[in-house]
Amino acid sequence: MKKLKTIFTLILTFTLVLSLGSCGESSGKDTSNSSSSAVYRTLDEIKKSGKINIGVFSDKNPFGYVDESGEYQGYDVYFARRIGKDLGVDINFVSTEAANRVEYLETGKVDIILANFTVTDERAQKVDFALPYMNVSLGVVSPDSRVITDLSQLGANDEVIVISGTTAEDYLIKNYPNIKLQKYDAYANAKNALENGNAAAWANDNTEVLAYALQNKGYKVGIPSLGSQDTIAPAVSKGNETLLKWINDEIRSLASENFFHKDYEETLADTYGKEHEEKLVVEGGVTSDKKGDPDVSDSSSS
Amino acid sequence: MADLGLDVLFKGRNFIRLLEGLGVALRISLIAILISIVFGTLLGILRQRENLLLKFIMRLYLEVIRILPQLVLLFIVYFGTTRSFGWDLSGEAASIIVFALWGTAEMSDLVRGALTSISVHQYESAAALGLSGAHIYLYVILPQAVRRLIPLLINLVTRMIKTTSLVLMIGVVEILKVSQQIIEANRMKSPNAAFGVYLAVFVLYFIVCWPISMLARKLEKRWG
Repeated sequence: MKKLKTIFTLILTFTLVLSLGSCGESSGKDTSNSSSSAVYRTLDEIKKSGKINIGVFSDKNPFGYVDESGEYQGYDVYFARRIGKDLGVDINFVSTEAANRVEYLETGKVDIILANFTVTDERAQKVDFALPYMNVSLGVVSPDSRVITDLSQLGANDEVIVISGTTAEDYLIKNYPNIKLQKYDAYANAKNALENGNAAAWANDNTEVLAYALQNKGYKVGIPSLGSQDTIAPAVSKGNETLLKWINDEIRSLASENFFHKDYEETLADTYGKEHEEKLVVEGGVTSDKKGDPDVSDSSSS
Repeated sequence: MADLGLDVLFKGRNFIRLLEGLGVALRISLIAILISIVFGTLLGILRQRENLLLKFIMRLYLEVIRILPQLVLLFIVYFGTTRSFGWDLSGEAASIIVFALWGTAEMSDLVRGALTSISVHQYESAAALGLSGAHIYLYVILPQAVRRLIPLLINLVTRMIKTTSLVLMIGVVEILKVSQQIIEANRMKSPNAAFGVYLAVFVLYFIVCWPISMLARKLEKRWG
């Protein structure tokens, strides 16, 4: 009898929790649909407050990281500082993780995300991307003893290392569902796994694998670009048109001073080498294969 | 001696940044622990009452908090409250709320357990001596219960201090985040820095948690 009661209580608890959960979800959707009170701050509101919240990585050297004096540095941060300067406001850097970038914009807790944010169709439904400022595609690095130059070389028992939440993981799951993946949360763990021979290869952004092969003897990037060419762009909350337009104008006007080339030379050249500059940098929001066409969203359909 | 990357720790403000990160972690956990001890004790005593509705609500609260991982709770409180009610809580405030909710739930269960473990004849003997209900608790039950509670409480406190490492997911830069920042900032120049930095983090956590254990042992002996 007593047991029955406990079971009953447990079931009741569960249903209550579940209904609570779904309640929260539906009410959350309601607020975003009615959008009478926008989650984001418009350009004027940001200017008036004198402070802009920009979400950046704080542990992704050389895009966004914190140096030994506690200052934010990197390719994304260099651009963020310029935005702050040209807007005439102070910057409040917010440390974001790969997994919570969209959430930050959806709740308006930051005004802009500048955290190595790859433009994808899925993300574009939830946030608004500005013009791109960098190219990225996937790459695969493997040991010299057995360089993988094509994914078809992988046998049934070979595993590929990926970092959770990255485009590499998504791409492989979607296009090569048969390849066994080894997932790690942190760069350092993935690196150790490859060096310990846990897997046949490591798939990541091509910038990452290029830098890795440059610094570690005995490893080669067998596949320098895999899948579609993607771009990296700033993102704002869905519907924040004033801020989006300002960022796009800013990116276009910065082209006259070759701003992103200078940014590359200051922050990325040490890691990736000068020879990749033209391939990686996007100036004025114009990607090399689609000159003059500012619409980048359909480049992923190829 | 192998290169453990210890030099990275003393570059620039790195070590001070680690200490600042530890400060953030301690601030969050200690405030939450104080709140938890007060409310957890109250709830724990209330749960002794023979009121079915009250018991059910408390049980529901405890189970909900226990079932949900702390990370989910952090996301619900930090992002969820902004979505649903438009509150703009800071990451640190959200962390304190979550840790206080969690601590209160666990604490109330610990207090309830400690109180239940005091045998009925203690209550009855005290009542036979003519003590009133409040006095029975204050002079007879609580002193014995607290003694049984101390080791469990210490366990909870150290667990809460260590779990603060999750708050980096809502943008709070605490000691573990600082250590990741230091490791990643130096990953090209000193790839072994992870050893040295995590070693330092271990030592710092130890320095904080060890005195708490010592204090608990002393208290147990004094009240024992």
